[in-house]
Amino acid sequence: MVRVAFTRHLHRFFPALAEEPTLEVEAGDVAELVGRLDARFPGLGGYLVDDNRALRQHVNIFVNGQPVQDRRRLSDPLDDHASVHIMQALSGG
Amino acid sequence: MAATGDTLILGTRKGLFLFERRGNDWKLASTSFLGIPISYAMIDHRTGTLWAGQDHGHWGCKLSRSRDRGRTWEEVPAPVYPAGEVIKNSLMSMDPKAPENPATLKYIWCIGPGGDDEPNRLYIGTEPGGLFVSDDGGDSWQLNRPLWDHPSRVGGQWFGGGRDNAGIHSVVVDPNNSKRVLIGVSCAGTFETTDAGKSWVVRNNGLKSSFLPEPNPEVGHDPHLVVMCPGKTSGLWQQNHCGIWKSKDGGQNWVEVSEQNGPASFGFAVAVDEIDPDQAWVAPAISDECRVAVGGALCISRTTDGGKTWRALREGLPQAQCYDVIFRHGLDKVGDALAFGTTTGNVYYSNDRGDHWKCLGTNFPLVYSLRFA
Repeated sequence: MVRVAFTRHLHRFFPALAEEPTLEVEAGDVAELVGRLDARFPGLGGYLVDDNRALRQHVNIFVNGQPVQDRRRLSDPLDDHASVHIMQALSGG
Repeated sequence: MAATGDTLILGTRKGLFLFERRGNDWKLASTSFLGIPISYAMIDHRTGTLWAGQDHGHWGCKLSRSRDRGRTWEEVPAPVYPAGEVIKNSLMSMDPKAPENPATLKYIWCIGPGGDDEPNRLYIGTEPGGLFVSDDGGDSWQLNRPLWDHPSRVGGQWFGGGRDNAGIHSVVVDPNNSKRVLIGVSCAGTFETTDAGKSWVVRNNGLKSSFLPEPNPEVGHDPHLVVMCPGKTSGLWQQNHCGIWKSKDGGQNWVEVSEQNGPASFGFAVAVDEIDPDQAWVAPAISDECRVAVGGALCISRTTDGGKTWRALREGLPQAQCYDVIFRHGLDKVGDALAFGTTTGNVYYSNDRGDHWKCLGTNFPLVYSLRFA
């Protein structure tokens, strides 16, 4: 199972995330992970990826501490013990 | 239920503020989405539903509606560009070696009701240049294909003005004929459908774009806002990047009516009277290269003779040290009431068609949209 942690920013729009600071999800790659998260928290996927399912410009996903390599298709593989952090990029004011 | 001018909705860089009229004053009734940019907000006069387009810096554009004037909100699916669509109209895309530019929702420019006889229809104008239509009260949205596939899209005739890609900021439905809709696109120009969006005709005849080497192309103009006189729907106005134009024949021909020796020329916003198509208001700014208030002084300019003459209305507005610009959706009018909000967070209103102004507040966030209801 992949362990997923979210930025607190997303708690404002998905309060249920605050109740589960770390989730466990079964997914073979990042795209599948986003799909499973969206099924569990309807609408969440649209906060992370755009109309083409590419990672939004100002969103970062880290897999085992490293930023995802394939921001367009999210094909980065996830092993059973992967640790994923979903963060917002620092931008704006 | 037509707008009465008793409600004022501010869409700002840091949230949505709804004011209600109390005698000669305004009272803040609700604050929503604090900290989140609201690109456009309005109340649908047919249903009373309050709509808000949000432009999250991180999470993309979202769409929400409230049926209780902002006390509670429901997020509804925002328009989604169909899978595989690319922006084929950008100047960059003319380079055959340029990578494909996938179409994805970048900005909600405007949200507009359909006709009174089609209460479930709404329109959303977006960047990168897609017009979305809902026929279920906003539960779902479909891209209008005839406009997205319009022949004028190719060849770099649609392009961004101030933003990366072309944006549809004006959607005007003829109150006498819901199948007739005009849109304004920065940059491309004005388009009209008379068959509810099945086909679109370019309506740019008479416009001039001094920023192009050939200033009179069929497509490639920059209307900043297009409005229609509801009482005489052949009467249209547009505040254009290159001046002020009006049309007396429903957009088939445009005539420039910019003021020759006065401030009414460059700007973003325009409002037209509900009954008399010869009465209009604009919010002047120093052109293009600078974009601040003209002469450091705020004014709204009004014409009552179809643009033959303009009068700068300044009573009650600060006349020194002003750097405000009024964005395209930042000025509105209902009956004798006018109001505007500025890029530096100042909001003013008038109860006598602009003759006198009062200040609603000077410490708002940047105002993207100000709409009466």
